[in-house]
Amino acid sequence: MSDQTRHIGSVELRRRPWLQHSILPGFGLSLGITLTYLGAIVVLPLTALAIRPWELGLHGVWHELSAPRVASALKLSFGLSALAALLNAPLGLLLAWTLSRYEFPGRRILDALVDLPFALPTAVAGLALTAIYAPNGPLGSLAAKLGIKTAYSALGIFIALVFIGLPFVVRSLQPVLQELDHEVEEAATTLGADARQRAVRVILPAMAPSLISGVSLAFARAVGEYGSVVFIAGNLPGKTEIAPLLIVIKLESYDYAGAAAVGVAMVAISFGSLVLINGLQLALAKRGKA
Amino acid sequence: MNLQPTANTEAKSPLSLEISGISKSFGRFPALRNVSLQARDKEFLALLGPSGSGKTTLLRVLAGLERPDAGDVRFDGEDFLSIPVRHRRVGMVFQQYALFRHMSVAQNIAFGLTVRPRSVRPSKSEVADRVADLLCLVQLEGLGSRFPAQLSGGQRQRVALARALAIEPKMLLLDEPFGALDAKVRRELRRWLRDLHDRAGVTTVFVTHDQDEALDLADRVAILKDGELRQLGAPNDVYENPADPFVYDFLGAACRLPGIVEGGRLRVADWETKAETDAPQGRVEVYFRPNEVVLAPLDGAGLAGEVRAVAARGPDVRIECLIEGQIFELESRGPGIPAGVAPGLALRIKPLRPKVYAAQPRV
Repeated sequence: MSDQTRHIGSVELRRRPWLQHSILPGFGLSLGITLTYLGAIVVLPLTALAIRPWELGLHGVWHELSAPRVASALKLSFGLSALAALLNAPLGLLLAWTLSRYEFPGRRILDALVDLPFALPTAVAGLALTAIYAPNGPLGSLAAKLGIKTAYSALGIFIALVFIGLPFVVRSLQPVLQELDHEVEEAATTLGADARQRAVRVILPAMAPSLISGVSLAFARAVGEYGSVVFIAGNLPGKTEIAPLLIVIKLESYDYAGAAAVGVAMVAISFGSLVLINGLQLALAKRGKA
Repeated sequence: MNLQPTANTEAKSPLSLEISGISKSFGRFPALRNVSLQARDKEFLALLGPSGSGKTTLLRVLAGLERPDAGDVRFDGEDFLSIPVRHRRVGMVFQQYALFRHMSVAQNIAFGLTVRPRSVRPSKSEVADRVADLLCLVQLEGLGSRFPAQLSGGQRQRVALARALAIEPKMLLLDEPFGALDAKVRRELRRWLRDLHDRAGVTTVFVTHDQDEALDLADRVAILKDGELRQLGAPNDVYENPADPFVYDFLGAACRLPGIVEGGRLRVADWETKAETDAPQGRVEVYFRPNEVVLAPLDGAGLAGEVRAVAARGPDVRIECLIEGQIFELESRGPGIPAGVAPGLALRIKPLRPKVYAAQPRV
């Protein structure tokens, strides 16, 4: 019996040349579970979502997405998310650097603070931010004196998205910074590099892949952010209305297909940008390996 | 044969590196204690010692990566410690090479040239020429576009060396240059490195814990223990005349027996011989190398012993002997086992060159 199975096994291996032989057992089982799980958790709901809007017909979907209110909500969501993630890149880098490179009293507390936007229920974050940035809040009133509207404007949304994205960038970079071989920097110094050259030519390139992955996580999170944004946004249609909120509004008026259309558009744009970012990251990471 | 040329170079070339009274502690742990030594111009100096002896710390002090608590380092008469690391022009090769992983081999080698201020930076074509020369020197022609991860350990080491040489260093510092390589590659690289040093003509200091390597490669060897310099001298000198029991033991296999020096005679168990004139008096430790012995019949001169086991191992024959209640592994030139030597044989063992040190109080 065991002979027979082995024989069948080897025949199967030869029939599937794309399958690389691994000495680890359990490939079939683990792949099976992986596929089932991903299918049930990710693909199935997304498929349902993707099927839904087409009851409007191709023309209907196009009409739905090109409506000025939808288009501006999508633009606002993705534009501000990208900006917030980009701002978090240098600032997150600085935070990660400070937290992992220096020893100072209170470092651990600061380190724990970074995680707070992760842990806080987003609605709580929204309430807290609105309290500060509202025209009668401490920072909001200050900004109002300068003629800048913080809460209930695009700037308010931007602030909320920066807030929730920060931990992603910091936490992606910290382990790399800690692992970075100190001798590499010392080598650069003995070769005559000054502090700026070490940072730009030695440290940054080593961190680029993780920085990109942190930024892309922050971006992905910001696109889907709802709770904290709706409090501070003001939610004026066409001006400060984000795409996730628009979906909720459509659902509340029983426009399921319209909501799904916006949802599909978001999934498509998100997926496209993530693929792009991953490609860039892979290209960068490959330079050091392979 | 080995001594003559060394003596010559010592007479000719001037001192270039002068280290005096260097001390360095990490917290309460003293890594270096008042170390003073000198290297001559173009000399190949080995810092030899067990781990924790402070040899790497001393190398890092020379590179400027560690600031000593006390002491002075001069290079060509210049106060070296006041020069910042990046202006010292020392080529440092780290134990794990510390290559820039995201740069190609050529970019790694060119790094020291491309970070120079614009006014003294060589042009792109000059850099390319220099990189090509160095790749040729370290025998890595054609591998300039590879990345460090695509190279073997020995190749990486040579890239690190080429990178250090690119800045035309005044001094080359090597931290365990062969530490991470396997035995065969080590041996090949050893001769090659010595060649390279002779051609490049740079004062070189290298750290090793392998006494074979130090004795084989260096012009002079500095032996360190617990942050202190124990002995400094030409390989043959330190091997022939170890300053203390530690150095004797560290430089090769050693047999040790207690003895007494009295009235110009050295007595070890039932064997008596003439003591050297400068030997310490009274209770002593007698050291000899296991391959520097003569086996004699029982009625001859020497230490009474009994053969326990004999084994021929390639070029050497190992003879396990029981002497004074201790087992010693003696070596005799092979390939054949000496006639008549077999387990159970009682014989006399005469150390050819016993070395006598004053007995240390037991700790």
